Amino acid sequence: MALPKPDELLQNVNLNRTPSQHWMDIKTEFKPGTYCYAVEPQVMKDLGLPNLGSWQPHDEKWPLPENWKEIVRDAIKTRMERFRSFKLFMDICVRCGACADKCHFFLGTGDPKNMPVLRAELIRSIIKGEFSTFAKLFGRFAGARPLTEDVIKEWFFYFYQCTECRRCSVFCPYGIDTAEVTIIMREILHELGIAIDWAMKPVRFSHFIGNHIGIQPHTMKEIIEYLVADIEEITGVKIEVPFNKKGAEILFVPPSGDYFADPGIYNFMGYLILFHHLGLDYTISTYASESGNFGFFNKLELAKKLHAKIYEEAKRLKVKWILGGECGHMWRVWHQYHNTWYGPVNFLEVPKSPITGTVFEHAKDNKIIHICEFTADLIAHNKIKLDPSRNDHVIVTYHDSCNPARAMGFFEEPRFILKHVCNNFVEMPENTIREKTFCCGSGSGLNTDEYMEMRMRGGFPRANAVEYVHKKYGVNHLACICAIDRAVFPALMNYWVPGVDVCGVHELVGNAIVLDGEKERTTDLRYRPLKGKEEEV
Amino acid sequence: MNVGWSLLAVIVLLLIPWIGVGVLGLDSLFGIVIPYACFLVFIIGLIYKMIYWAKSPQPFKIPTTCGQQKSLSWIKHSRLESPFTTWEVVLRMFFEIVFFRSLFRNLRAELQGRRLIYGSAKWLWLGAILFHWSFFIILLRHLRLFTNPVPEIIQGLDFMDSFLQTLGVPPVYITDVLIIAGLTFLLLRRLVDPKVSYLSHGSDYFPLFLILSIAITGVLMRYAIKVDIYGVKHLTLGLVTLKPTIPDVKIGTIFYIHIFLVSVLAAYFPFSKLCHMVGVFFSPTRNMANNNRYVRHVNPWDYPVKYTTYCEWQERFRDLLEQAGLPIDDEWCKEQQQTQKTQ
Repeated sequence: MALPKPDELLQNVNLNRTPSQHWMDIKTEFKPGTYCYAVEPQVMKDLGLPNLGSWQPHDEKWPLPENWKEIVRDAIKTRMERFRSFKLFMDICVRCGACADKCHFFLGTGDPKNMPVLRAELIRSIIKGEFSTFAKLFGRFAGARPLTEDVIKEWFFYFYQCTECRRCSVFCPYGIDTAEVTIIMREILHELGIAIDWAMKPVRFSHFIGNHIGIQPHTMKEIIEYLVADIEEITGVKIEVPFNKKGAEILFVPPSGDYFADPGIYNFMGYLILFHHLGLDYTISTYASESGNFGFFNKLELAKKLHAKIYEEAKRLKVKWILGGECGHMWRVWHQYHNTWYGPVNFLEVPKSPITGTVFEHAKDNKIIHICEFTADLIAHNKIKLDPSRNDHVIVTYHDSCNPARAMGFFEEPRFILKHVCNNFVEMPENTIREKTFCCGSGSGLNTDEYMEMRMRGGFPRANAVEYVHKKYGVNHLACICAIDRAVFPALMNYWVPGVDVCGVHELVGNAIVLDGEKERTTDLRYRPLKGKEEEV
Repeated sequence: MNVGWSLLAVIVLLLIPWIGVGVLGLDSLFGIVIPYACFLVFIIGLIYKMIYWAKSPQPFKIPTTCGQQKSLSWIKHSRLESPFTTWEVVLRMFFEIVFFRSLFRNLRAELQGRRLIYGSAKWLWLGAILFHWSFFIILLRHLRLFTNPVPEIIQGLDFMDSFLQTLGVPPVYITDVLIIAGLTFLLLRRLVDPKVSYLSHGSDYFPLFLILSIAITGVLMRYAIKVDIYGVKHLTLGLVTLKPTIPDVKIGTIFYIHIFLVSVLAAYFPFSKLCHMVGVFFSPTRNMANNNRYVRHVNPWDYPVKYTTYCEWQERFRDLLEQAGLPIDDEWCKEQQQTQKTQ
């Protein structure tokens, strides 16, 4: 399937035109580029999960188990009993439509079922139609409909067309959070054995090996040693990286995307340069080698399974506290779920910066902090030697990665860092940043190639805001604090706004840090010449 | 279709007391029995709904943060949009419930060619505020029918609401005008805006028509089709003191229509989307503090999960670890085995 050209992609999108048919009568069409492939059955078997054998979403007949209706009904009931959020959100929506044009997938497709309210109606209508006698009586008038196999297909299509970014929840007068609905709906689909390959393979790797693409411990060490060699070549300074070191003060857990994928690796080099500069007593673990969590995109239980390693490792290595890298949904999991799952974390100490003495009181119970909190504190205390002019070839704007923004309130720390390590920092238009930030369009496990058309559509609002500052201020870098962002933005920028590179915040920190005994740098961490050094390279 | 059926439903509801009282003379059924029954359904229904929600625990602390978290001491944290303490949560809820703060944020996105344009869109907020606040004040004003003597505060409210004395006799209530304006706006928006119209069910139009007809019958009673106000007060006081009697004088059928529609609304309330009135207080994305790493939230149904332990992992990669010069930790595994045995 060829991806349409940027100018063609949105031709048929009209946000103010709705189909003539009632949405309950429109059957889901599985066109290439707009859905993700089904999970390989072996992946589910390995993890002890139900599966449907070999099938694909575009199959006319899905091999649902005989008692599929019963499974779905039971799964819904269990979720209603367990999640007040879900129960409540199914009841209190007044369909005011404030959320309608807030979803990036709606803005990029014009498909009314991508309006958050209708996305939730896809299940709300079934709950009414299956469990409420009153609503059953009034049928469509009350928004009720029966559960059919087509509904399951529709659920699969649209709940894997939500990236759990929570933008709609900011605007909802009752705080109805579609992310919560999507999380639960994916769990319900999972009980039938329905899942997507791209989101499940990383779970299997992460569970058995430790990280999303299954990098084995010796390879992880090797890759990081390559990065260390690059750092030496660029700065002239040789850095030691501690692995699985017992008794280190801090356990640092980065998203694996930061040590295996471009441009994450430059961000990882930034972390290493920072730690070396500080002489920090830390360790990286090859067992707890993943801070991101694809389990969260499938099933909460899987999410809990994957991150349990981090706490066992912290205990085993007898560290004092845990430091997490830059990543999006990961930080939602770390911030909003960890403490409930793994607390009370009595074997650790309240995080205290060994350099500035700052005690991170706000993390006193769970003992984990975000690397941007750590670095911002260092900069505020003037503990890092910085030369921001080494980022002068960069005009950077900052993308608030959705989950740190709307599930954590993480706005100022990264901006503070950027303003100190770069001389050219520009904000995107205000309705597209901070709590109103737009998703990259590929979050929550949808960053797969077969889904490219939908990704370009979903990422369009974000790209459009970047295009604005690219044209107006010459912005050539998009900084973000999310590993999925770093993985998917290059393709999105290439499609919509060629000429904009993607980087993590700590890559720019790494460029700016002046190490003791370093040689005069002529390139940045990507071997690109620094401003004024073009001749020397 | 949805609109038509909703309107028809409300018209049928209008006709019931019209015939019931106007033709059949069932004054006590419509003046006493139905209002009592519906009021009971309202109260019991709302309590049932609250217990129904409360019975399910909120397993995770999931506030939606719309402002800066509390972290480093020199970063100003947003107390309203990212509340850290219970008091700040109360403040956030107060602004949400009283001033519809989230709705006030509303934007409008338009696609122009390849450009997305965002504009402010406060009309929905305005319509909602006009409707809800007018409804609330009108409810309070009605307390004058249920109290004797009427408390000064209610009298004062009544006076303020009708301070534009010049507009006629009896003076026009500002809230009467505003509630009809607000409801008309909300109804027109639902009909005209293609997105909202597409996602609306019949059950979205029905309450609008119902409340609109309650407002209109109320207004008619005051300004056009006069009813015997002493008779009305006699009846309403009787209801509230649990000594209900139908007055000897004829009150007027329109009053019975009004009170019947109010009764229907009350009975419908807990079992429809209107329950958002109490539901909003339960919303976990708004009523929880963003202090997850500071105060642990307990999930009552949490259960242990099986994960790959360090020792299982080490066994699998032992050779590779040794070859790579990475440390082996058999001590930890022995310890783990022993603790497992003692458990």
